[in-house]
Amino acid sequence: MTRAMRTPLSRRSFLAAGGGLATLAATGALSACGSGRSAGGSSAGAAMTMWGITGDQPFIEPTVTEWNAAHADSAISANYFGTNDYKDKIRTGISSAQAPTLVYTWGGGTMRSYVDAGLVQDLTGPLSGKSGFLDKVLPSVLDAGKVDGKTYAVPLSASAPVLFYYNHDVLTKVGIEQPKTWDDLMSAVPKIKSAGFAPISLGGGSKWPYLMWIEYLVDRIGGPDVFKRVLDNTEGAWSDPAVLQACQQIQDLISAGGFADGYASVSADTNADLALMATGRAAMLLQGAWAFDSIDGIAKNFVSDGKLAYGAFPAVSGGKGDPMNIAGNPSQFWAVSSKANPQQTSAAIDYFSSTLWTDPYTKRLADSGNIPPVKDASALLPKGFPQGVYEMIQKAPSFQMSWDLALSPAASAAFWTQLDLLFNKSSTPQKFADAMNKTIGK
Amino acid sequence: MTATTAGAPGAAREGARAAGGRGAEPSAWYLAPALIFFVAFGIVPLVVAAVLSFTTWDGLTPPKFTGLDNWVDELSDPVTYNALWLTLKVIVLSWVLQTPLSLLIGVFTAGRQRYRAVLSALYFLPLVLSAAAIGIAFKALLDPNYGLGHAFGVKALVQDWLGNTDLVLYTVVLVIAWQFIPFHSLLYQAGARQIPPSLYEAASIDGAGRVQQFFSITIPQLKNTIIASTTLMVVGSLTYFDLVFILTQGGPGYATRLLPLDMYLTGFQASQLGSASVLAVLLVLIGLVLATIITRVSGFNRMTSQQEGA
Repeated sequence: MTRAMRTPLSRRSFLAAGGGLATLAATGALSACGSGRSAGGSSAGAAMTMWGITGDQPFIEPTVTEWNAAHADSAISANYFGTNDYKDKIRTGISSAQAPTLVYTWGGGTMRSYVDAGLVQDLTGPLSGKSGFLDKVLPSVLDAGKVDGKTYAVPLSASAPVLFYYNHDVLTKVGIEQPKTWDDLMSAVPKIKSAGFAPISLGGGSKWPYLMWIEYLVDRIGGPDVFKRVLDNTEGAWSDPAVLQACQQIQDLISAGGFADGYASVSADTNADLALMATGRAAMLLQGAWAFDSIDGIAKNFVSDGKLAYGAFPAVSGGKGDPMNIAGNPSQFWAVSSKANPQQTSAAIDYFSSTLWTDPYTKRLADSGNIPPVKDASALLPKGFPQGVYEMIQKAPSFQMSWDLALSPAASAAFWTQLDLLFNKSSTPQKFADAMNKTIGK
Repeated sequence: MTATTAGAPGAAREGARAAGGRGAEPSAWYLAPALIFFVAFGIVPLVVAAVLSFTTWDGLTPPKFTGLDNWVDELSDPVTYNALWLTLKVIVLSWVLQTPLSLLIGVFTAGRQRYRAVLSALYFLPLVLSAAAIGIAFKALLDPNYGLGHAFGVKALVQDWLGNTDLVLYTVVLVIAWQFIPFHSLLYQAGARQIPPSLYEAASIDGAGRVQQFFSITIPQLKNTIIASTTLMVVGSLTYFDLVFILTQGGPGYATRLLPLDMYLTGFQASQLGSASVLAVLLVLIGLVLATIITRVSGFNRMTSQQEGA
């Protein structure tokens, strides 16, 4: 759930829509030539190709330069794309003869579909004995690169959990503490409202902030297993009492006026939701850790004046989930194309183990304001928010990947619409569950 | 025009034409460039989409033939009918809103007074903006907290424009109109300038006022322009995508999930390219039918001049 990912429209998808037919035809042609099993990339031998994301290029590029200088015979030729462009490109590219050796992926449902189609390699075997570098990474993040217990992808980038941001100023004026439980939150709502503030800012116009509420509530009420059953295609998994209760609590919060007026038109892609909190019009915001970087641009000195407070999603009384559990973006990952030949595969593993999560790599991430998902990074991170979030990640028993990424593309598309209806109160918890149950196994 | 006295160049040209054969008839080869592009980017994709509509395809694994499954699914899905209904609403609302306004602006700017050139330039400004830019700008303008209402302190403008299921379709139609009225105004401006001034002179001698002139001369004379503009509007409404996608992504819920958006979201968000192809084929069919109806009903294909007696 990186911000870049959420930019609603890429040039490519715009074109795809304009000439939907043409795109369908083009992709058809691509897949038709994709049946030949040539070695990953255009060249044979151990030379590798890599497709990455422009946003992560500053971290990836130095490792490629370093690797290529020492391994002329297995040099990597890297290409970087904008996030949406890449998503469109890899969808058709991964099954084609031009599939890159090193595949950038967000893990989750899309990666599972690669695994099901036999397009990426099980790296469990090749990694055994070379996995020293993986021991540095937090296990909860490594889990996100696994499908059915087997490692298909290794983490390459920062972690970004979702957490509560508070305007400390507003909380003080209202005279309340950070809500530790859902009941605290519900009783804070009328107090904040009567003091003339909006309780919670929500960027519903962008849709994706909705999912943070349901994924956290379901976790707090029923624990991480509820959503695991969905991913395991258990019949009727969405009708779990935890899901129904979470939906009900969301609608109760809406009825109580918990979200800032007009929340369904507020865009999180332009940080309008963050602005409401940072400028003191709303008291709280549930957002990803990535929002932190933008606060200063909206309200100068907000952070340095100590107006920012943050914390975990409140606990739900009687809930099974550990209040230390987090949700969000564990990391992005490298997978290896199944079209790679054995030399390429072993070169890829060497590349991972010699360049990923080395001290300079981790430091590069930390210095640019990111939170590296490694076991011991607190010394590298600035005091305050980054260290605090790092601690949340480190102590979290479970790190739930954002549901939209974790679900299959078809289920994810339905999820967006159903969630939208739920937050608009055009739907009921039961209707939500029924509609989502139809996507099980799709 | 006699070429005999023109000397060598004229004679050479005559010779060249003779060598080309068939006298004044242009060679069929002139058709080739357009035909190649049309076949490559029009016909071939259409056929491929038609074929894909009978398959299940996620874009990763090879398409599997599943016969009529997608067609049955899509045609029994209330979402498809909702999308059709919304698309129809957008077509009608867009026409009702855009045609009178474009006509008035077009006729107004067709006048030759100097200040009108400046005004026309302003009216046509949205024409140079991309749909993406317009979408992003309007999203910001319509923001309930930081948008227009906030800037001017007008409470009535503080609405949940894009989040309220009852409002959102009208908001979208308005933004679409803002984008396309300039284009249709331009058509009407060009059309109005073609009307011979003698008609108006004769009418004013006969004592017709401005309003009567507008209804008795301008509108009948613009008949073909109105038909062309209507065709473009109706067929264009069928493919509205970019602006709506940026503004609402088809939401909230299904409130602005027009047929083209339904196609995109099914194909590229849900990765069900077979089902999306069904919707694509439907779109093509509806577009063809509507365009045919308009040209038939209006007699546009007979292309008679509106200037008999002028």
